[in-house]
Amino acid sequence: MVEQAVAATGRRRWSRPLRVLIAKPGLDGHDRGAKVLARALRDAGMEVIYTGLFQTPERIARAAADEDVDVVGLSILSGAHNQLFPLIMQELRRAGLDDVLVVAGGIIPKEDIPHLHALGIAAVFGPGTPLHEIIEFIREHAPDRERGS
Amino acid sequence: MSDLLARVRAGDRRALARLLTHVENRTPLGLAAEREFFRQTGRAHLVGITGPPGAGKSTVIAALVREARRLGLTIAVLAVDPTSPITGGAVMGDRIRMLDIASDDGVFVRSLTSRGRSGGLAPSLCTMAHLLDAFGFDLIVLETVGAGQDDVEIARLADTTVLVLVPGLGDHVQALKAGTLEIADIFVVNKADLPEAARLLADLRSLQRLAGTASSHIPIHATVATTGDGIALLLQSILDHRKQLDATGQRLERLQRRLLSEVRFLALEALEERLDSALAALSEDERAALGARQVDPRTLAARLLEGLQLNLPLESR
Ligand code: B12
Ligand SMILES: Nc1nc2c(ncn2[C@@H]2O[C@H](COP(=O)(O)OP(=O)(O)O)[C@@H](O)[C@H]2O)c(=O)[nH]1
Ligand SMILES: [Mg+2]
Repeated sequence: MVEQAVAATGRRRWSRPLRVLIAKPGLDGHDRGAKVLARALRDAGMEVIYTGLFQTPERIARAAADEDVDVVGLSILSGAHNQLFPLIMQELRRAGLDDVLVVAGGIIPKEDIPHLHALGIAAVFGPGTPLHEIIEFIREHAPDRERGS
Repeated sequence: MSDLLARVRAGDRRALARLLTHVENRTPLGLAAEREFFRQTGRAHLVGITGPPGAGKSTVIAALVREARRLGLTIAVLAVDPTSPITGGAVMGDRIRMLDIASDDGVFVRSLTSRGRSGGLAPSLCTMAHLLDAFGFDLIVLETVGAGQDDVEIARLADTTVLVLVPGLGDHVQALKAGTLEIADIFVVNKADLPEAARLLADLRSLQRLAGTASSHIPIHATVATTGDGIALLLQSILDHRKQLDATGQRLERLQRRLLSEVRFLALEALEERLDSALAALSEDERAALGARQVDPRTLAARLLEGLQLNLPLESR
């Protein structure tokens, strides 16, 4: 049996930030966008874990699971999204991450987007998207789970 | 929700990751878990890795993880990165993740931020380490950014403290003279592939001689974390230190010291919180009186302290 415990009363000096994994899947060396976005999310008060380049779907899912992130952001400019994204979504499910918000960006042709939506990717942002638009989308759609208050 | 605790007890690592979030955020469940799992701690060896930013701590840890796995030891890493003082956000490291550990259940890596705390430590670092200990990891590595004073804090949190130094960061050896030498159980001179490393090694050795017997037994390891050179010896040195702590009975002593500083930290944190809310709740009249020099700061401080409720509630009523 677990006894209920309550937080010490009094004002908390920190808020409960959203945790976001920014991942660069596959053989894609374009990391400018991912880094720009990581910094923008940080400046918006989020805790961002950046995976670095050349991540496999398994590694992305493992990082997302262990870090218990609320959001997974996939950045891809290599054109391999149609191959990689289904594998990543599959690995995320296998890791039990059904409640994370998955968003993507980079060079992704418009005609591919409906298919990506169908996979469970909530939104795709192309070049030139204002960063505040991405931040707002994440804030609005991140899973509403208990992070403590 | 207490189902989560049962899953963690059964060894479910996804549940562990989620419970760590509760512990970090001190949700009611997190606080309950904190107390529940504390009884099962004490098996793991806590290794603190500290040093200036860019010294290669994360790279050293990645190499240590590989080596520990080769020896069949399970290992968890808690890596602390500072938060932006302005927004509270952070971008956290990637070097440890360069490892190909995606399918290895013997490795667990978690990034956390200092959440506004100055210094290299995160408020929930100890309690998260307790949970990983109870979960059964053999080694728990704490990566913290060390700068002078904070190096001392990490020393109180770990069984073995490793200080990572690199050539070219000039004044750090200087800073060591101011007492930091004592905090380390092991020195690492990383980036030993750089030409200036020999000089740093020599400086460190002569500093050690000057400091006398108290620190002369502290091992110094030269490593090249990027290639793994020297890492096997470093891990051996960490394991030897553990054996030595056990043999001399110092392990228990350190544990008590470590837990006491955790007690102090938790109490202090609660105290600061109450104080901050009491300050925020000062009436206009009291503020005006202070400004008009009708009351002096010390008197007001005494009055504030008197009014504080210095309890740390743990149970719901
Ligand atoms: C700079 C650049 C490079 C640099 C990369 C430097 C670096 N470290 O990033 C260098 C010179 C190394 C390079 C090399 C190559 N490149 Co290049 N490169 C570009 C270029 C000109 C700009 C990319 C960029 O940095 N943009 C600035 C950032 C800020 O924008 P962004 O990444 O698009 O990000 C924005 C959005 O997409 C979105 N976003 C991005 N990621 C994410 C993630 C999430 C979660 C979200 C929510 C949003 C989001 O938000 C950002 C802000 O709006 C593009 C052309 C273009 N106009 O996009 C070609 C381009 C991407 N490259 C291309 C190619 C082919 C290559 C090369 C294969 C060879 C070549 N022809 O040069 C190599 C491959 C290198 C490798 N190893 O992968 C092609 C890709 C074609 C395709 N996918 O079909 C492009 C489109 C050029 C083209 N028109 O042919 N490249
Ligand atoms: N030349 C050299 N570079 C290294 C070595 N170890 C780490 N680095 C590099 O130093 C930089 C900082 O490493 P990192 O592990 O992130 O440092 P941290 O901030 O202390 O965690 C990275 O670019 C590493 O590749 C080493 O032994 N030799
Ligand atoms: Mg680091």
